[in-house]
Amino acid sequence: MTELFSVGDPIADTKAPDGPVETRWDRRRFSAKLVNPANKRKLSVIVVGTGLAGGSAAATLGELGYRVRSYCYQDSPRRAHSIAAQGGINAAKNYRNDGDSVHRLFYDTVKGGDFRSRESNVHRLAQVSVEIIDQCVAQGVPFAREYGGLLDTRSFGGAQVSRTFYARGQTGQQLLLGAYQALERQVAAGTVEMFTRHEMLELIVVDGRARGIVVRDMVTGEISTDLADAVVLASGGYGNVFFLSTNAKGCNVTATWRAHRKGALFANPCYTQIHPTCIPVSGDHQSKLTLMSESLRNDGRVWVPKKAGDDRAAADIPEDERDYYLERIYPAFGNLVPRDIASRAAKNVCDEGRGVGPGGLGVYLDFADAIGRLGRKAVEAKYGNLFEMYERITGEDPYEVPMRIYPAVHYTMGGLWVDYDLQATIPGLFVIGEANFSDHGANRLGASALMQGLADGYFVLPNTIGDYLAAGPFEKLTADHPDVARTRSDVEDRIAKLLAVDGDRTVDSFHRELGRIMWEYCGMERTDAGLRKAIDLIRGLRDEFWQRVRVPGDGEGLNQSLERAGRVADFFELAELMCIDALHRTESCGGHFRAESQTPEGEAERDDENFSYVAAWEFTGTGDAPVLHKEDLIFEYVHPTQRSYK
Amino acid sequence: MKLTLRIWRQNGRADKGRMVSYQLDDVSPDMSFLEMLDVLNERLTLEGEEPVAFDHDCREGICGMCGMVINGVAHGPERATTTCQLHMRHFKDGDTIDIEPWRARAFPVVKDLVVDRSAFDSIIQAGGYVSAPTGSAPDAHATPVPKANADAAFEAAACIGCGACVAACPNGSGMLFTAAKITHLGLLPQGQPERSSRVVDMVAAHDDAGFGGCTNAGECTTVCPKGIPLTTIGRLNRDFLKASAKRSDNA
Ligand SMILES: Cc1cc2nc3c(=O)[nH]c(=O)nc-3n(C[C@H](O)[C@H](O)[C@H](O)COP(=O)(O)OP(=O)(O)OC[C@H]3O[C@@H](n4cnc5c(N)ncnc54)[C@H](O)[C@@H]3O)c2cc1C
Ligand code: SF4
Ligand code: FES
Repeated sequence: MTELFSVGDPIADTKAPDGPVETRWDRRRFSAKLVNPANKRKLSVIVVGTGLAGGSAAATLGELGYRVRSYCYQDSPRRAHSIAAQGGINAAKNYRNDGDSVHRLFYDTVKGGDFRSRESNVHRLAQVSVEIIDQCVAQGVPFAREYGGLLDTRSFGGAQVSRTFYARGQTGQQLLLGAYQALERQVAAGTVEMFTRHEMLELIVVDGRARGIVVRDMVTGEISTDLADAVVLASGGYGNVFFLSTNAKGCNVTATWRAHRKGALFANPCYTQIHPTCIPVSGDHQSKLTLMSESLRNDGRVWVPKKAGDDRAAADIPEDERDYYLERIYPAFGNLVPRDIASRAAKNVCDEGRGVGPGGLGVYLDFADAIGRLGRKAVEAKYGNLFEMYERITGEDPYEVPMRIYPAVHYTMGGLWVDYDLQATIPGLFVIGEANFSDHGANRLGASALMQGLADGYFVLPNTIGDYLAAGPFEKLTADHPDVARTRSDVEDRIAKLLAVDGDRTVDSFHRELGRIMWEYCGMERTDAGLRKAIDLIRGLRDEFWQRVRVPGDGEGLNQSLERAGRVADFFELAELMCIDALHRTESCGGHFRAESQTPEGEAERDDENFSYVAAWEFTGTGDAPVLHKEDLIFEYVHPTQRSYK
Repeated sequence: MKLTLRIWRQNGRADKGRMVSYQLDDVSPDMSFLEMLDVLNERLTLEGEEPVAFDHDCREGICGMCGMVINGVAHGPERATTTCQLHMRHFKDGDTIDIEPWRARAFPVVKDLVVDRSAFDSIIQAGGYVSAPTGSAPDAHATPVPKANADAAFEAAACIGCGACVAACPNGSGMLFTAAKITHLGLLPQGQPERSSRVVDMVAAHDDAGFGGCTNAGECTTVCPKGIPLTTIGRLNRDFLKASAKRSDNA
């Protein structure tokens, strides 16, 4: 295995203050250098991404008085992928008096992450969660309310307290609109300049510091450079490496991958969250997968036929020939086991040939019992909109025939390595939201990605970036500085190279094939042999891509094939690193299940002795062995235990 | 199924544009409308033609990025549906389908089916927010909101900014979009301090951006994928009149 990577120095300093976990954030804030208000106007920050993380950060930095320039690839910042989040956002408000507290949210999150996250960060997240709700309500985010006019909450993802705030099934949309509106207010005030339909294609590093980005204007095709005192990446996750996922089609890894190539370490790339309740694939034309809310598992029963290859209609399969496998294997939690467990169980029964629907990749989520018990009206009141969405997509009526569901790639816990200040290993580069690796460990609990994005953007980064900027403004740079000019011409060369291949395969055909490899070998279950095979396949396919891809049109104007080609090229490189990371981690934890590491009952077996660390990878060249730097995880407050749901 | 597609092709703002016909032989009823276009684009790419440019991202009906006029109707034949959530089972074998971009003065065509909707952002910049700087918020429970108001505000806040209302309006008015935001913020206590200035400034920005005036034609709500009702425009008008009266009082 050592030929695939080498091991370098461990990471010595995460900049987290020590002492009692409850006061670490306060002490860090106090020790951070402040920037005099009059000097803030002289300092400039680039923010890439306008999702919950980037939108809230740009708005807040603008309010503070910095000169901010913000970028997104969509036609409006309001359309960032965060808009799609449905379920809700956690906060330790304890409005229900049900025993919630900052400490409990901290505890649940560390445990839920399978003890692969940092205590200091997670505690800060739990602390700040309380302020997020206040901030959003002040902005006019229309959270669900009770008759007395106070905020409603629900419980989510198996938590025993009710701490999830929501706005029907559109929480992400409403939170994002709040941040977007705050951002547009700053645009009007002149503190933030917004560049839509602009894609960041490179990070500019001068004298070891992040000093700017190279962008392509997606409408005119113009390549330009933008320089600043610091760069913030809030460019989201990389789940689209699998081609099929619940992510928006444009989600990509380019911003973070380009920074990785420039020296930023990439942490825990193999941690992928697979969501158990998505609508299954219906055919080869499929372009994405749609999430069905997890709340359906509260009343729906999951089953498959007992016999492999049973192709009778659901209604024709008698009760005693059905296998309610979750209830059978996990009698204590039944259909409500956590995401990673439910996903893997579905895969297992499908692997045994007992899956239902096209290709045998699906399991039933059956509401017949619930309709019998509660009546159709009650079921409609609770889940009506979800049933309608299902029918719209599949053409089947879930009141009459059971829904079919299958797991799908949903979220990536890996990302650029950052210290406690959210700074990457390149000084001046800050990374927030799903783009960094920091708070979720090996598994993300429901309703906590939104919390992290907003915590980073509204509250953490605006405090920590000041400490860095206090030493600025840095040496003035212009576009003709050799490092700047070279980075820009690298981008131009790469585009020219993509256009010049002029081969005979489409970008999408490569992306689909890469996705299939990743799903098969680096998806829900990984093995040593499978991952090695995947690495070979990826390398072969990457070579083929550069020889056979066909990108029609030119670089001069709007060219969506060119945009996709650049993103897929980066996915190829990331895919290899994901497999290497998965291969080296010979334990199972959270979203990473290694078949070789399971308990006699077939459950994930963690190896705290050997793997209680963050794996942070250093880039050495495309196809060359990366260097592994370990950051040891220390648990002082929440002690690792085996998770069991039987 | 076999389909004939007649698609608007326009290579950039300066180009005049024209309808071009394409045949598709192998369309599955399970495909979404955009997946059907993906299939066409894969073929065009291999045949050496430029694929059709269209906007999309979430493909879940929530980001508001997709949108095209299908057989003369913004977002196509199904009610309360975005283009990405429209499925081919609503069409028949042998159909001819006309596909065009949003057409409105305030939304210039960028390429093929892609239009520039940044005018919507400029309306929001004019006042479509509550001025609540980060860190200044009181406890969320300090201001209760009657459930009925919260629910109604939510309904209006559900606007995804797709622009179908503008495309459907004979005047190219963006009033349903503007009214949705005015209604959302106007129904909440947090939105009250800026309520008057908001409506006056947003309407002015709307007019400046090149949107036409609203004559209550009502086409907008028929195509709106989120069912934003015409009553929001009534609310905007009332707020606008009140605010204008107040302004002249003060003058
Ligand atoms: C269907 C679905 C449902 C979900 N539901 C929930 C939920 O209920 N609760 C929860 O907590 N989490 C949920 N999540 C997860 C959560 O939505 C995301 O993790 C989170 O919104 C990510 O926010 P972000 O700000 O980090 O990035 P994003 O919102 O993805 O924003 C990325 C931004 O970066 C920009 N960008 C990217 N690359 C470039 C580039 N190269 N150049 C320029 N700009 C670029 C994009 O334009 C965009 O503005 C859900 C996710 C999905 C897919
Ligand atoms: S009002 Fe309706 S049609 Fe108009 S932008 Fe909003 S969602 Fe789209
Ligand atoms: S692609 Fe997002 S609404 Fe259609």
